[in-house]
Amino acid sequence: MSAEPNTGDAPSAVARVLNLSVVFGGTPVVSGVSFDVSAGRCLALVGESGSGKSVTARSLLGLAGAGARVEADALAVAGSSVLGLSERAWRRRRGKDVGLVLQDALVSLDPLRPVGREVADSLRLHMPLDAVARQARVRELLAAVGLPDAGERMRQRSGELSGGQRQRALIAAAIALDPPLLIADEPTTALDVTVQAQILDLLENLKAAGTGILLISHDLAVVSRIADDIAVMAEGRIVESGPAVRVLAAPTHPITQRMLAAIPADKPRHTALAPTSTDTRVVGSGRNRSAIATTTNDSRGETGGAREVVLEARGLVKSFRRPGGGQFLAVDDVSFRLERGTTLGIVGESGSGKTTTARLALALTAPDAGEVRLLGHPFTGIPENERRALRPAIGAIYQDALGSFDPRFTVQDILLDAVTGGRRSGPAASARVRELLDAVALPATLLGRRPLSLSGGQRQRVGIARALAARPDVLVCDEPVSALDVTVQAQVLDLLDELQRERGLSLLFISHDLGVVQHMSDRVAVMQNGCIVETGEASAVFADPRHPYTAQLLAAVPLLPA
Amino acid sequence: MSELEVQATLSRGERSRSRGRRVTPFEVLAVVVALFLLVAGLLPGLLAPGDPLGIDPAAAFQPPSPAHWFGTDESGRDIWTRVVHGAGTSLVIGFAATAIGLGVGLVLGTIAGMLGPAVDFSVNRLLEVLFAFPGLLLALLFILIFGPGVWTATVAVGLSASPGYARIIRGQLLAVRRSSFVEAATVLGRTRRQLLLRHILPNTLAPLFVLGTLGVGQAIVWASALSYLGLGAQPPAAEWGAMLSAGRTYLTTAWWMSFFPGLVIVLTAVAATVLGRAIERRARYA
Amino acid sequence: MLVHSAGGLFVLWAVATLTFFAVRLIPGDPAQAVLGGPGSQASPEALAAVRAEYGFDQPLLVQYLRELGRLATGDLGRSYALNMDVAPLLLAQLGGTLLLALLALAVAWLLALALATWSTLGGKTAWAVGSGIEITAAALPHFWLATALIILFSTWLGVLPPISTPGPVGLVLPVLTLAVPLAGFLGQIMRESFQAALESPFVLSARARGEGELGIRFVHVLRHAALPAVNLSGWAFGSLISGAVVVETIFARPGLGRTLLNAVTLRDVPVVIGVVLIVALAYILMTLVTDLAGALLDPRGRTA
Repeated sequence: MSAEPNTGDAPSAVARVLNLSVVFGGTPVVSGVSFDVSAGRCLALVGESGSGKSVTARSLLGLAGAGARVEADALAVAGSSVLGLSERAWRRRRGKDVGLVLQDALVSLDPLRPVGREVADSLRLHMPLDAVARQARVRELLAAVGLPDAGERMRQRSGELSGGQRQRALIAAAIALDPPLLIADEPTTALDVTVQAQILDLLENLKAAGTGILLISHDLAVVSRIADDIAVMAEGRIVESGPAVRVLAAPTHPITQRMLAAIPADKPRHTALAPTSTDTRVVGSGRNRSAIATTTNDSRGETGGAREVVLEARGLVKSFRRPGGGQFLAVDDVSFRLERGTTLGIVGESGSGKTTTARLALALTAPDAGEVRLLGHPFTGIPENERRALRPAIGAIYQDALGSFDPRFTVQDILLDAVTGGRRSGPAASARVRELLDAVALPATLLGRRPLSLSGGQRQRVGIARALAARPDVLVCDEPVSALDVTVQAQVLDLLDELQRERGLSLLFISHDLGVVQHMSDRVAVMQNGCIVETGEASAVFADPRHPYTAQLLAAVPLLPA
Repeated sequence: MSELEVQATLSRGERSRSRGRRVTPFEVLAVVVALFLLVAGLLPGLLAPGDPLGIDPAAAFQPPSPAHWFGTDESGRDIWTRVVHGAGTSLVIGFAATAIGLGVGLVLGTIAGMLGPAVDFSVNRLLEVLFAFPGLLLALLFILIFGPGVWTATVAVGLSASPGYARIIRGQLLAVRRSSFVEAATVLGRTRRQLLLRHILPNTLAPLFVLGTLGVGQAIVWASALSYLGLGAQPPAAEWGAMLSAGRTYLTTAWWMSFFPGLVIVLTAVAATVLGRAIERRARYA
Repeated sequence: MLVHSAGGLFVLWAVATLTFFAVRLIPGDPAQAVLGGPGSQASPEALAAVRAEYGFDQPLLVQYLRELGRLATGDLGRSYALNMDVAPLLLAQLGGTLLLALLALAVAWLLALALATWSTLGGKTAWAVGSGIEITAAALPHFWLATALIILFSTWLGVLPPISTPGPVGLVLPVLTLAVPLAGFLGQIMRESFQAALESPFVLSARARGEGELGIRFVHVLRHAALPAVNLSGWAFGSLISGAVVVETIFARPGLGRTLLNAVTLRDVPVVIGVVLIVALAYILMTLVTDLAGALLDPRGRTA
C-alpha cells in the first residue's frame, strides 16, 4: 500500500482522504492532503509542531475543533463517507469506526474516574450490554492490552497507574469496539524509552490483527519501528510520502532530509545536526571525538590526569519525604568527575534521580551526605553567601526556559541583569548583551520582547545567553532540548557544541534521551533508581554496555534502519 | 467581604476564555460608570447643581419625573442630587478601606511568607481564627468600640477584609519564592536582598493592583451595608447606604427612595469587578 | 482527624477570648445592660448589686477565666439583657438560621450549576451573557437585593410577604436574597473550571468514543468543575452567616443574625460569645464537610 490516494475502489481502505483542507477563521491549517490507510497497515503522519498533522487526523473523527471548516473531495472512514455528517451521526461513528489514542494518558483519561469506567464508556454508548457483561468485556480488553491484574486495575484511576499502564488502558478504551481504524496521536511521547518500546509493540500487534493505524508523530525514529508508509507534513501539506523504507533511506524533500539529519542518535560527536548557511564547522569526521579527548582518555573509568577536574561529586545522597509518609531515596551515593572542556552526560528514565543530581550540583538542594566541589573548592556544605563567590563559575540551562525567566522581564532585562549581576548597567553592559545575543545567534530586534512571545528555540537561546553572561566554566544542562522540535533541538545542540569548543566549557548534560546524550557526551553516566549503574567513555558504554539496565535502555531506543 | 471575590479570582487561575486585547461592551460600560463616578466625586455640582441637603417639604415623596430624575425623599430632597453628591464619600470610603485592608494584609502576609515557618504558623492560626468569625461581626465590634461614623465604618470594613488579602499575599509570596525563575536567579549568584527586591516582591505585588480594584467595589458595598444597619454614615448625610436605609421605612409608598441609591451601589461594584478583570487579563497577556 | 479537632478547639478558644475582650472594650457599664440597657435609670445601689452578682467588680482577667471555665464545662451562661439562659435561647434561634443558610447554599449551587452548564453550551453569546449575569449577581448587596425583591414581589405583585412569615412561603425571599449573590460567585468559578475541563485532553478522548455534549458535561466535566466550588463552600457558608444578619433584620426574621446584632448593641457578652462560638463551630464543621466532599470527588491524594 502506498500513501498515495487510491483512485480505484480499495475495499481494504479503512480511511480515505482526498484533497482535505481545514481552515480556521480564514487561516488554512491543512491544504490538499490526501492519503489512504488500509486494514492491517500503519501510515505515519510525521511533522513538527504546527505542521497540521493532528488537525488532519482529528478531521477523521469530526473533531477538528471549534470553528474549523473542513472540506475534501473524499473523506471516508470504514468504507463510507463522513463528509457533512451531522453531530449526531458523527457520534455514532466515533469509537465504533475510529478509535483515538492521545499522548499522555494521565490527562487523556479522566483523572477522577476509574479507568474501567473510561473503557466501558465506548461499550455503554454503542452496545446494548448489561452492566455485568460490560464489566466482563472491560476486563477482557484490559487483559488484551497487557495490563496485569485487570480486575484490580479497572477500579483504579489513571493517576494510580504507571505511565505505561495508563497508556495501555487508553488504548483499551480506544479499541473497545474493535474499530477498523485506530488513530494514535503521539501515543508514546513523554513515555520512558523502555515503556515506549512496549507500547509500540502493542500497536504492532493490533496492526497484525488487522487494524489500520494512522500514527501521528514528530519522531521519525519512533515511526520507523511500526510504520509501513510515511507521509511527512509541513505547513499543512504533505511534502513527501511513500513506503517507510524508501522515505527513511532516500528522502527526496529537503524537509524530510533536515528532519533525518537532525536525529542525533548515531551522529558522531561534534557533527552539526542542522544545516547552517555559513557552515564551515562540520568538524568531527567519522567516529573520532576531538583529538584531545581521544589522546588523553582511552580506557573507561580512568582519567589521564592531564585534565583539570572542574566539577566533582563525591558520594551524594539525598532523600525526600513521601507525601504519604516514609522516605524516598532520590539520589543514592552518586559520584562523578567532570573534566575541563568535556561533556559528562547523565542519562536515565523518569524517577532515576537525574534532576535531583542536577539540583545538587547547582547547590539548589543540600545533600544529606557527600559533597560537590567546584574548581577544587567545596561548593556544598557552606553558607550561601560564601558560595556566591563561586556561583559565576557554574551556570545552568533548564528544560522550561520560559519558567526560568522573571515574567516581568524583557529579553534585554534578563540579559542586562545577568551581565551586571543585578547592579546598575552602563554602555559596556549593553555591548556585552549584544555580544551574548550574537553568540547564541539571536537578532538584536528581540531585545524588547518578552520571553512569552518567543518560540521555544529562541527562549532556550536566551537561556543559554544568560548562562554565559558570567563566563562560567561549567554549564549544567537539565533536559535542555526535551521540549523542542527535532530540527530546533538540532540547532540548540549544535550551538551548545560550538560554544563548548569556542569557550572551553564543561557541560554536565542531563537527559532522558539516549540519542541526545550519546551525541553530546564524552563520558556518560547511566542512572537508575538514584544510583549510577554504569559510567565510562560514551563511545564505549554505548557500543558495549556492561550493565544489564544500560543494555535494556539501548535496546529500547528507536533507531532508524541502517 | 471581598474575600470571596478575591478567592474566586485566584481559583480562576491562569485561564480566561476571552484572550487578547479586544475591548468588550461590558468594559466600555464599566469605564463609563467609572468616569461618571469620578466626575461626580470631584465636581458633583457639574452633574447636579442643587443642594443635596436642601429641604423642600412641599415636594416630598415625588416619584421619578423629568424634574426629579430619581424622585424625592420624605423631606423633598432630590435623590439624584444626593446620589451624585454621595459618590465622593463612597469612593473615599471604598479606596480608604481597600488601602487599609491591603496594608494590613500586606504586613501580615509578608511576615508570614518571609520570616520562617514559626511565624508563618502563628500568622496562619491567627488568620484561621479571623476567618471563623462572621465577617460582619469584626466590623460590628470595631464600630461599637469606637463609635459609629463614616471613618470607623471605613476602618472596620478595611480590617475585616484584611485576613482575605493576607492569605492571598502569603500564598502568592510562597509561590513566587518557589518559582523556577527565583531559583535561576539564585544560580546566577543573586543575594537574598536582590532576590527579594528584584524578583519576589514585584511579582507578588503586581496582582494586588487587580485585587485592589475588585476590592474597592466590595468595600463600598460593605460600607453601605454598615450605614444601612445604622452603624456608618448617619442620616441625613448623602451617603448611599444611609439613603437606602432611610428609604426602608417608605418602601411600600416610595420605592424609588431605596431603589436608586442601591442601583448606584450595584453599578459601582459591577464596574469595579469588570475593570479589575480587564486589567488582570491584559496584564496576563501583555 | 486529631489534628483537626485540636485545631478546631484552638480556634474556638481564640474566638471566645477575642470576643470577650472586644465586647468588654465597648464603652459603657455592663451592669447597665443587665438592668435594661444604657437608657435605663437604674439606681447606684441596683447597679452595685448587679456588679457583685455578676462579678463585674472583679479584675477583668478573673472575669475572663471564670467565663472560660464556664464555657469549658459547656455552660454558655445567662444573658444580661434577656435574663434567661443563653443555650436554650440560641438553640431556639439556631434552626431558623441554619435552615436559611443551608437552603441558600443549595439554591446558589443549583443556580450556579445551571448557569455554568448553559453558558458553556450556547456559544459566545451565552458565554458573555452568563458572565454578565454572574458579575452582576455577585455585586448585589444583600440589603438592596432584599429591597428590590420586596418592591417587586410584595409591593407590586403582592405574591410574597414583605416580612418573613413562618412556613415555606416566608422563606422564599430571604433565601433568594442570600442565594443570588452567592450563585454569582460560585457561577464564575464553576464556569471557568467547566471551560478548563472542557478543553482538557480527556474530554477529547471521551468525544472520540462518541460521547454527546450533555454526557461530556455530566459524566466527565461536572466533577472537575464542581471541585473548586466545593472547596469554596466553607467560605461561602461563613459569608452566608454574615449575610443572615442583614437579611434577618430586613425581613424581621428571628435568627442568630438578628440576635447577634441586638446582643452586640446591648453589650450582652454571654449572648455574643454564644453566637460567635456557634457560628465558628458551624464554620469549622462546614470546612470539614467540604474537605470530605472534595476528597470524595477527587480521591487523588492531596499533599497537605
